[in-house]
Amino acid sequence: MIQLQNIQKSFQVAGRDVQALAGVDLSIESGEIFGIIGHSGAGKSTLVRLINLLERPTAGRVLIADTEMTSLDAEALRTMRQGIGMIFQHFNLLSSKTVAENIAWPLKIAGWDKADVAPRVAELIARVGLQDHADKYPAQLSGGQKQRVGIARALATRPKILLCDEATSALDPQTTRSVLDLLADINRELGLTIVLITHEMDVVRRICDRVAVLDSGLVVEVGPVSKVFLHPQHTTTKSFVMEAEHVDENEQVDDFAHVPGRVVRLTFTGDATYSPVLGEVARNTGIDFSILSGRIDRIKDTPYGQLTVAFTAGNIDAALVQLAQRGIVVEALR
Amino acid sequence: MDSFFTNIDWAEIWQATLDTLAMLGGSLVFTIALGLPLGVLLFLTGRRQLLAQPVVYAVLSFVVNVLRSVPFVILLIVMIPFTVFITGTSLGVAGAIPPLVIGATPFFARLVETALREVDRGIVEAAQAMGANTRQIVFGALLPEARPGIFAGATVTAITLVSYAAMSGVIGGGGLGDLAIRFGYQRFQTDVMIVTVVLLLVLVQILQMIGDRLVVHFSRK
Repeated sequence: MIQLQNIQKSFQVAGRDVQALAGVDLSIESGEIFGIIGHSGAGKSTLVRLINLLERPTAGRVLIADTEMTSLDAEALRTMRQGIGMIFQHFNLLSSKTVAENIAWPLKIAGWDKADVAPRVAELIARVGLQDHADKYPAQLSGGQKQRVGIARALATRPKILLCDEATSALDPQTTRSVLDLLADINRELGLTIVLITHEMDVVRRICDRVAVLDSGLVVEVGPVSKVFLHPQHTTTKSFVMEAEHVDENEQVDDFAHVPGRVVRLTFTGDATYSPVLGEVARNTGIDFSILSGRIDRIKDTPYGQLTVAFTAGNIDAALVQLAQRGIVVEALR
Repeated sequence: MDSFFTNIDWAEIWQATLDTLAMLGGSLVFTIALGLPLGVLLFLTGRRQLLAQPVVYAVLSFVVNVLRSVPFVILLIVMIPFTVFITGTSLGVAGAIPPLVIGATPFFARLVETALREVDRGIVEAAQAMGANTRQIVFGALLPEARPGIFAGATVTAITLVSYAAMSGVIGGGGLGDLAIRFGYQRFQTDVMIVTVVLLLVLVQILQMIGDRLVVHFSRK
């Protein structure tokens, strides 16, 4: 659906070239929720703006549904943009217009027939649950409500792609959750491709299918969220996971230094998460174990568990084989 | 009290008030009609804006600055041939309006430019992301969002026009200023001076009040 090929972008800052993106390749599939995570200054805001060409790449190609965006003339680009919705951290609503007028605006821009606008706006207002607020001005709404207006506005022209620029960063955790749930629902209902940039791993974990980790203008890790989240490779990815989970791998290794036995990390996903796998294997092989740390949660709709365990007695090798046979990922820590 | 107001011809005061209002109304309409597009153009051609054109901006900006730095009394005199060419006279209400418009338009255009700069860039970006063209961005986003600021600018401009209009009495522009200069100043009729000043003061207060009301009415923040 969206292809970024060797994208480079530099800015002139005080007469010097500063490289924001240093050769990014990404391929985003139709219908997926794709997360791009990075610290501030990693270039993620620039990256999402390159997709609808609000920023022009210094080098590289942007393809959307096989159309090369970078080669379009101004008129064709505007038409293309009408099929790509975008929501923003600070909502960017017209303060001088009501909720309904804000949502009608992209339809006006796209030249919709007047008679079609009102029913479409009513439908969108109902979809985002703002029926009682159609005639209010943005200043009268809460942050979450403003973002719902932003989402309704972005969806008005029935786009195939929705770009989210830190869409929940200005919202409190509870509101963030409800906005993310709305995005996930829309993705399912409409088969919309969503590209979401954020600096919060929790946002990625909650709704994304795949994630790319951006660091200093480069994609350092990309893959399914479960893989990247549970088995992070790059230090930047690890730091994001740590922030989300409040665990520090290095500290843990120190803490477990005096624990006897073999320390392993077991990762359960899907049905295995709620099965008595560890007990079964312990009975079969006569091992003793103590749980050093652990977490059980969800990644999007998939439950997972991750336990750090010390095995102290019995046939440990056989136990590890049996765990692996039951689909549990075993990583030896010590 | 009666003896103090002996010099006052109320019919003449009334006529002068009407003339001032006519000068103000006429020049305000033309000032807005010319200044608003000029302000939009200044804004759009400015650095890092939608139609960034450094050369065009530099030229417009220079012309605006030159016109703004000419003292209005001088502008009144310098413009006499042009005024005669446009209106056929350099006297009275008709003779005052062209210099008033030329004096106030650059001022108002700068205020419009400033008001537009206050509009959140994110709104322009959102409009671009929707595929809006420049015209749609100007009329759909920039002008509605800047409306309170533009009304505030128009109010300041109207009040400036009141004082400019009074100054045009120097070249026989008619109105309250003309009365104040001819009778109040040249004939030492202090009572005429006081009455005209009070009337101008009341006019300014009313304009400010209307302006403030409009700004509040159109502010949604």
